[in-house]
Amino acid sequence: MSAREEVLARLRTARDAGAPRTPLGDVPRDYRRRGEHDPGSEGALVQLVERVEDYRATVTRVAGPDDVATVVARLLEDASSVVVPSGMDRAWLAAAGVRVLVDGEPDVLDVAALDAVDAVVTGAAVAVAETGTLVLDAAAPDQGRRALTLVPDHHVCVVRAADVVGTVPEALARLDPVHPLTFVSGPSATSDIELDRVEGVHGPRRLDVVLVG
Amino acid sequence: MSTTDLPTPVLRGAAPAHAPAGTGHLRGTRSFPAEARDALQDTQLRRNLGKATGVIRAKRQAVVDEVPDWEELRLAGSAIKADVMARLPELLEQLEANVVARGGTVHWARDAEEANATVLRLVREAGADEVVKVKSMATQETGLNEALEAGGVAALETDLAELIVQLGHDRPSHILVPAIHRNRAEIREIFLREMPDVDPDLTDEPRRLAMAARAHLRRKFLSAKVAVSGANFAVADSGTLSVVESEGNGRMCLTLPETLITVMGVEKVVPTWFDLEVFLQLLPRSSTGERMNPYTSTWTGVTPGDGPQAFHLVLMDNGRSGVLADPDGRAALHCIRCSACLNVCPVYERAGGHAYGSVYPGPIGAVLSPLLTGISGEDDPNASLPYASSLCGACFDACPVRIDIPNLLVQQRAASVESHRRPTGQDVAMRAARVAMTSPGRFTAAEKAMSLGRVLGGRSGRITALPWPASRWTASRDVPAPPKETAREWFARTRPGQER
Repeated sequence: MSAREEVLARLRTARDAGAPRTPLGDVPRDYRRRGEHDPGSEGALVQLVERVEDYRATVTRVAGPDDVATVVARLLEDASSVVVPSGMDRAWLAAAGVRVLVDGEPDVLDVAALDAVDAVVTGAAVAVAETGTLVLDAAAPDQGRRALTLVPDHHVCVVRAADVVGTVPEALARLDPVHPLTFVSGPSATSDIELDRVEGVHGPRRLDVVLVG
Repeated sequence: MSTTDLPTPVLRGAAPAHAPAGTGHLRGTRSFPAEARDALQDTQLRRNLGKATGVIRAKRQAVVDEVPDWEELRLAGSAIKADVMARLPELLEQLEANVVARGGTVHWARDAEEANATVLRLVREAGADEVVKVKSMATQETGLNEALEAGGVAALETDLAELIVQLGHDRPSHILVPAIHRNRAEIREIFLREMPDVDPDLTDEPRRLAMAARAHLRRKFLSAKVAVSGANFAVADSGTLSVVESEGNGRMCLTLPETLITVMGVEKVVPTWFDLEVFLQLLPRSSTGERMNPYTSTWTGVTPGDGPQAFHLVLMDNGRSGVLADPDGRAALHCIRCSACLNVCPVYERAGGHAYGSVYPGPIGAVLSPLLTGISGEDDPNASLPYASSLCGACFDACPVRIDIPNLLVQQRAASVESHRRPTGQDVAMRAARVAMTSPGRFTAAEKAMSLGRVLGGRSGRITALPWPASRWTASRDVPAPPKETAREWFARTRPGQER
């Protein structure tokens, strides 16, 4: 018998032998699917700002797309080079005085090149107000493959107000599970030494969020 | 004609099985009381543990209290897990089909040895002699690092706490924070001794230590060809795997190498993508006490242009079918390895994780380890684990999927007693009590003898050591000295002339 057949046969036998004495009911789904704030509402945005800042990341709110470039330029003051996914809105970088590398077919950067870049700018698929979480979808043109937001030490993430939802269930409902996804809540951090939180171990040590609208 | 080569009957091989002894880390060499007695002498360990568990308890309570539907989430999490156990073979087949459809390869392992051999073969086929590892309970359970080492492959732990444990030639002592028993001064010593390029002026400031680990691992991440991970969840209806972490070492391993090998216990499967909405709320708040952990990665098979272009999933039994076959015990498989039960347990807080022998310490380990391995007899160290509890119930209250750990502990105590052939100290004591209590004359004599106990108790009124066989009782606890007066003496004194 192959390992596959044997493990499955064992589990079938076990499942029947250990069947609970009372039959299972349906899964109770009485938990909240929606939060107290509607997606994109002022309440959701205020909560997102508070929760992201709690992770010691910064959030800058701007009124519209035209203001993004100014803020991004200021956030990238210390950087000499930045990488962006090929589908990102290049207007966001219009005011930044840095060398811009574009990653995407056919010009895919190797790991050494990524490691030499100071910062990365991307969009986000959805953000969760209650947990301060940004979700990056690798299939989205303005978010790029997963390595892009991992290797550079500074991540600037531009989030549209309409993409801010209240809860984790609302976020998952907007995502496609077969795309590679990265849920980001603050910068890289560890608490492994006497539970002292230290920001920045292997992922970006600095996370800045620009909230538009 | 040979009579020795009869084929093995198919059904025998299909019986649910315990994890075989000999490979992996599910059983220590000494009983819990023996290990705990030594651990209790280590004041540094007790200080480190007391501080750490206290901090996590407070953080966890604060973020759990801000969720208005916490109980509803726990009930949903518990029911999803019960449903998973009832449909486990079918869900695994569905998971396999979806992983394969998206370009991954699925392997099955009956036990730890087979899982390790599969990983070693895949690493060799990928042409690597070194792998980077994401922290994973499954591969700790199988002793994968040692197996790879024996096969000529170096396994590098990349989680900071796991790295501290690995460089310290030590064992993990907590599910979430494996180096919880070490303080900053000890960690500095380990780094200075074991990291070849470390700055000799390294201080014990946590930030400096974390940056030393970053520098130590950076080149490895950028050049590794093969990574090995575990999985927090695997979604049957999409084939999606998920790893929840904080440092980004997980993302490095899951993203940069050419080949990714994920080892998971079969119980980690969940039916649908939407079930993650429950567990991604329950897990971070229960484990690190955060609203959400810094990074969660999800991937499905292979995605051209993003991440490893070869993905292998190893689905491992290693005793889980044996646990599943136990109608009560199967609830232990609901565990999502958050470690909340460790941090609230008064026994864990004092004894520490090493005392449990297995990689699964604390209350959940005290039931899961003996369930996975089975109890081979009185001398089995895992037979002592269900007694490593005061049954205070704090673990049940903290468990995000409502595993009734106290009840499972009692069930496992019964199983442990049944596995004993020789009478225990308790059996001897109960037999003696029956002799005394079935005759009024003998009972009075026994009461007289009890007053002797007051002498043994001395001024403190505590008896710390009784002669054998009662020494087995006092080895791990003090006995209060008997009172001056027995109940029957008190009755005779306060109600003279009344019928007793």
